[in-house]
Amino acid sequence: MGIQAGLIIRKAASEIFRSALVSCWFMFLTFPIMVIKVNPLERTIEWRWMRLVWIGVAAFLLSFVWRYLMMRRERGSARDESESWQARLGKRIRNDRKTSYALLAALGLFMVLFPFTFSSYQTQIMISALMYVMLGLGLNIVVGLAGLLDLGYVAFYAVGAYSYALLNHHFDLGFWAALPVGASLAFLFGILLGFPVLRLRGDYLAIVTLGFGEIIRLILENWNEFSFGPSGIAGISRPALFGVDLSLDQHTIYLYYIVVALVLVTIFVVGRLRNSRIGRAWIALREDEVACQAMGIDKTRTKLTAFALGATWAGFVGCIFAAKTTFINPASFTFMESAIILSIVVLGGMGSIIGVIVGALVLILLPEYLRAFSEYRMLVFGASMVLIMVFRPQGIITGVRRRYQFRLSESREAQREKDAASA
Amino acid sequence: MKKMQQVLDVRQLTMDFGGLRALDSIDLTVSQGEIAALIGPNGAGKTTFFNCITGVYEPTGGTMSAHPPGKAPVVLNRLKPNVITEHGLARTFQNIRLFQNMTVLENVMVARHCRTRSGIFGAVLRDAGTRREEQEMVDFSYGLLEDVGLEKHVNDLARELPYGAQRRLEIARALATEPFLLLLDEPAAGMNPRETRELDALITRIRDEKGVSILLIEHDMKLVMSISQSIFVMDYGRLIAQGSPREVAENPNVIKAYLGETFDA
Repeated sequence: MGIQAGLIIRKAASEIFRSALVSCWFMFLTFPIMVIKVNPLERTIEWRWMRLVWIGVAAFLLSFVWRYLMMRRERGSARDESESWQARLGKRIRNDRKTSYALLAALGLFMVLFPFTFSSYQTQIMISALMYVMLGLGLNIVVGLAGLLDLGYVAFYAVGAYSYALLNHHFDLGFWAALPVGASLAFLFGILLGFPVLRLRGDYLAIVTLGFGEIIRLILENWNEFSFGPSGIAGISRPALFGVDLSLDQHTIYLYYIVVALVLVTIFVVGRLRNSRIGRAWIALREDEVACQAMGIDKTRTKLTAFALGATWAGFVGCIFAAKTTFINPASFTFMESAIILSIVVLGGMGSIIGVIVGALVLILLPEYLRAFSEYRMLVFGASMVLIMVFRPQGIITGVRRRYQFRLSESREAQREKDAASA
Repeated sequence: MKKMQQVLDVRQLTMDFGGLRALDSIDLTVSQGEIAALIGPNGAGKTTFFNCITGVYEPTGGTMSAHPPGKAPVVLNRLKPNVITEHGLARTFQNIRLFQNMTVLENVMVARHCRTRSGIFGAVLRDAGTRREEQEMVDFSYGLLEDVGLEKHVNDLARELPYGAQRRLEIARALATEPFLLLLDEPAAGMNPRETRELDALITRIRDEKGVSILLIEHDMKLVMSISQSIFVMDYGRLIAQGSPREVAENPNVIKAYLGETFDA
C-alpha cells in the first residue's frame, strides 16, 4: 500500500511539474504582448501583471486537459475502432433506414426553406459554403481517391471562372451556355496538366501542381489584352431564368437553388464513380502504384481521368463563382484557395463524401460565424484545425467501403462437407 | 515423347544496374501446364528476373516472348506492366503488395479491370450493360475467393487479414486477370508448415483446374521438390543448373553453390 501511494504521489508531482513548465513557457511567450503596454504619448509603460497570472493559471489547467486527451487518444488507438460511440452512431445511421430517411428528409427540408427563413446575407454565405462543398468533392477525386497531391487545384477554378467571364464579356454568352464550356475547358486543362506530371508522385507532384496554379494566376494577372490584368472583369451577367426579371435578392435565391442542385449532382456522380470500375482503379493507384499496374491497370489513363474529372468540377464552380460575384480578378485565385480546398478534403476525411461535405461546411461557415470574436477568429480557426488533425488524423469522418452479401455456392458447400467428412 | 508447347521463352536475358550485372544471359522456358520453380540463394537475381518479365524493369539485353495458348506469340520486351498482364502473365509479390485499405473482394475486383470495359459514363449512369458487367465481376471475384478459401473475409479490409490469408489473396487477385502463366514470388514465405501444405495443394489445383502454367520463386525446398516438374537454379545472376527435381538435387554445382553438403533429398 505504501509503495503504491508513493507511486501515485510521484506521478502526480511529475504531472504538476510538467504543467507548471508549460505554464511558465506560455507566460514567457505571451509576456511582450499581453503584459507590457507602452503608451507613446505619455511615455509610460503599463505593466499588466494580473494578465500574466491569468495566462499562467489557464495554461496550467489546459495542459492537464491536453495531456488527459492525449492519454485517452493513445488508449483509444489500442482499442478497437468499432467500439467507439462515433462508429456506433455512424453504423446506426447507415443501417437503420428509418433514422437515415428521417435525417435526410429533415436536412432536405432545411435546405429548401433556407433562403426563405434566413437573410439574403446568410444565403450568400451558404452559397459559398456549398461551392466549397463541390470544390472539395472534386478535389477529393484527385487527392482522396487517386492519392495525387494537387496543390494547384485553384487553377481549374480560375479556368472555369474566366471562361464564363470572357465568353460573357465578348460574346454575351449566358450562364447556362457557358457552364458546359467552362467545365470542358477545365477538363482539357486537367489533361494538359496531367501529362507532364504522370511520372511524378507525392512531394514532386505537389510542387509541380503548385507551380501550375501560380502560372495560371500570373498569366491572368499579366496578359492584359486577354484577361484585363489585375483590374479583372466586371459586369458579368447573373444566371437567367427564362427571361424573367429578378431582383437582387431573388437572384441570390435562384443561384442558391442552382448550387444546391449542382451539389446534389456532384454527390450523385462522385458517389457512383467511387464504387465503380474506375473508382476502384483510382483507389488501387493510391494504395500501391506498382501492384496496380501489375494487375493490368493503365496508370496513365487512370491518372489522367482522375485529374481531368477533378478539374471539371472546379470548372463548374468557377462559372458559378463568376456568376455569383459578377466580378472576378486574379486575386480570387491565389494559393490560399487551393490550400483551403485541400484542408477541406483532409480535415473532412479523405475519400469520404459526407466527410468532405462536413469539412467544407465547418471550414467555410466557422470563420463566418466566428466574426463575433473579431480578431480572435482566425486564431480559433487555426487552433480547431490543429486539434482535429491531432485527435482525428484520418479526418472527421472516415470513408467506408461498400459491402457485398454472398452465400457459399451450393456445389462448393457440398464439396466442403465432403472434405470435412473425409478429414 | 511429344514436346510440350512452351508458354514462356526467355533467351539470353541480361540486366545491368550501372556496373552490376544482376542477370547474366539467362535462358528459361516454361511449358504449358507445368509448374516450374526458380530457386537460388538470396540476391541471386530471381526477383529481378520476375521484374524483367513483368515489365517493371527494362532488360539490358535478350528477348522474352510469351506464347498464350491459342493466340499469337507476343514479344514482352519494352511492354508496359499492365499490357503484359493483359497478355496473360500475372504475378504476386515477395513483400505482399495488396491494396491495404480496400476490401478483400475489391482487391480481386480491381484485377478484373483489364478484362472489363465500362467507362466513366457507364459508372455514372449505371446502365444495364454496366450493371451486368459489375455483377459478373462481383460473382467472378467471389468465385476466386472461394477457390482460395477466403469467402468468409470478402468484406474485410485487406490489411486486417492474417499473413497467410494475405498471400492467398494475392494469388486470387493475380488469377482474376485470367492469366495463362502465373508468376509467384515466394508464396510460402512466412507461412507455417500447415499453411505451406495447403498452399502446395492450392497451387497444384490452380494448375489442374484452370490450366494455368506456373513459375514460382521459393526457398522452401520441400515445397519446390514436391510440386515442380522443372527447376532452374540461379546464383550471382547466372543460371547454374536446370532440370527435373532429381537432376537438380544431384547436380554437384547446385549442391556446392546453394544446397550445401547437408542437403538430403
